[in-house]
Amino acid sequence: MSKPKVFEKPTGVKDYLPHAVAKLRRIERNVLDCMQRWGYEQIMTPTIEYYDTVGVASATSDQKLFKLLNQKGTTIVLRSDMTAPIARVVGSLLKDKQFPLRLSYHGNVFRAFEDKGGREAEFFQTGVELVGDASPEADAEVIALAIASLQAAGVPAFKIAIGHVGFLNGLFEETLPGRSGEQEALKECLLQRDHVGYRDFLRKLVIGDSVREELEGILRLRGGQEVCSHALELSSNASAQAAIRHLCEIWDNLSAYGVQEHVLIDLTMIGDFSYYTGMTFEGYASNLGFPVCSGGRYDNLLAQFGRPAPATGFALKTTRIMEVVPDEADDARRTLVAYVQDDKAEALKEATIRRTSGETVVTALVTGEQLDSLVGLEIAEYLTNRPFEFRGVEYDRLVLVNGKEGQA
Amino acid sequence: MTEGILKVAMPKGRIYKQASKLFRQAGLPIPEDFDDSRKLIIPVPEANMEFIMAKPVDVPTYVEYGVADIGIVGKDVLMEENKDVYELLDLGIAKCRMSVIGLPDWKPVIHPRVATKYSNVASQYYREKGEQVEVIKLNGSIELAPLIGLADRIVDMVETGTTLRENGLVEMETLFQVTSRLIANRVSYRLKNTAIQELCDRLSTVIQVSV
Repeated sequence: MSKPKVFEKPTGVKDYLPHAVAKLRRIERNVLDCMQRWGYEQIMTPTIEYYDTVGVASATSDQKLFKLLNQKGTTIVLRSDMTAPIARVVGSLLKDKQFPLRLSYHGNVFRAFEDKGGREAEFFQTGVELVGDASPEADAEVIALAIASLQAAGVPAFKIAIGHVGFLNGLFEETLPGRSGEQEALKECLLQRDHVGYRDFLRKLVIGDSVREELEGILRLRGGQEVCSHALELSSNASAQAAIRHLCEIWDNLSAYGVQEHVLIDLTMIGDFSYYTGMTFEGYASNLGFPVCSGGRYDNLLAQFGRPAPATGFALKTTRIMEVVPDEADDARRTLVAYVQDDKAEALKEATIRRTSGETVVTALVTGEQLDSLVGLEIAEYLTNRPFEFRGVEYDRLVLVNGKEGQA
Repeated sequence: MTEGILKVAMPKGRIYKQASKLFRQAGLPIPEDFDDSRKLIIPVPEANMEFIMAKPVDVPTYVEYGVADIGIVGKDVLMEENKDVYELLDLGIAKCRMSVIGLPDWKPVIHPRVATKYSNVASQYYREKGEQVEVIKLNGSIELAPLIGLADRIVDMVETGTTLRENGLVEMETLFQVTSRLIANRVSYRLKNTAIQELCDRLSTVIQVSV
């Protein structure tokens, strides 16, 4: 590749200009405040981690990790999510802290070589992890908090779809006992969202017609609570039944939270089987083609950091949420303090007083002539109370500091 | 949250006529006079749909970004583009196959070159076979390549084989069978679940009849 032009940057990364940052910070602040009100304490972890610890443990596939070498030749990764770093902290710095732990975070995460549409190499996530609680109440708390967070962020209309990896695992084990290769192939089809491939594969399988119908039927297991009762009839496998009962209890808890209008059950929705161990969920906003949040239960991760514990959590895709949240009117009011050379000390003092009282103040050194023309602006501003422009920036208030003519 | 109208990315040309016929068989009121329309966006209020007339190869892109809720596209394009979309139904229309094609007197060459519109499909096929070939991406008239010596073989879609015969080419291997598929956006699949499921169910009944 030729040498990049001065304005170029690596593929998949973005600059955020002031209005975008204001919006991002507002969403982040509202969401983190919401999480705090639910008792989740924010933590920060480093941007880089060891490949052999956090890199290997993360749910991100190997080729999508940004890898570097440090001075000693050890492989370093840019964090691809916040869950694995938090698991590391829970297993080390917080190892004596009693469970359950409620932690929240906001940070940038990195993914290399994203070829699918609309994916970035660096993006922001805001989320929580609830560690050390395996109950349906914990799962429901996390889902309810995801709903509250999306509302706090200002997402106008959204739905959360909940699934459970235990159901499909149990159902496949029951219908195809010991045929793990075939089970994997079917799961891979579902993971690739390839329902045609799934049905084709079933057609070729040596199984009874009723089993085939049953397995085809799971593609329709989407809807409200009735899906749970339907699924209970479908499989007599103990772990599938346990999964559905767990899901029913989550649903009941969500009803108790009064948020079931936002929730769908979708047993075809499956996360990464090797990572998630229980319920999984995704949030969808209308008018956006990509999910706005995802989460689930991952009871095996903490063991990799020496402190086995059940855990559940979610991440909001804050960068995506920016797209669906309406822009708020820029309510930052600005004051311009204009002064001539002789009155500098007085003007800067005036600015300090105003800043102390919470005003946003910009100071400008002007010539006597410019000051005279600003007097006209001052009168107009006073009369109309409308914002005015000075050197390309909009102000709401004008203060002229001019010793000779007295102060504004 | 109301589901609203269903935005359907339709492939312009060959597949469109067969797809709209299938929709009509499934009982969806799609007027026939759209078949030759040059409009890019066609409202179909009778079916609570809106057709977005797209170049076939772009259909998965519209659906992946969610500007279309669902789309109809050939499996060839899906394999080549590898987008993150739901593949819901095999519509069984626009049947053809992806094949390796060459001159009848083809013999292995030292530096094999394969010309194709489907460079990802071709690369993956030869990688999996462990055969080293140089894949040359062309945008049309692929059959020219072996005739004028740009490549010794091509990977392309074969429907009837007429073009091949007329140009003295033969099919050497078949990669996979191709039919058109109904695809859906990840979010629409959940938020417009009712409408999409109903469409799938209606289409499934006519597909089974026609197969």
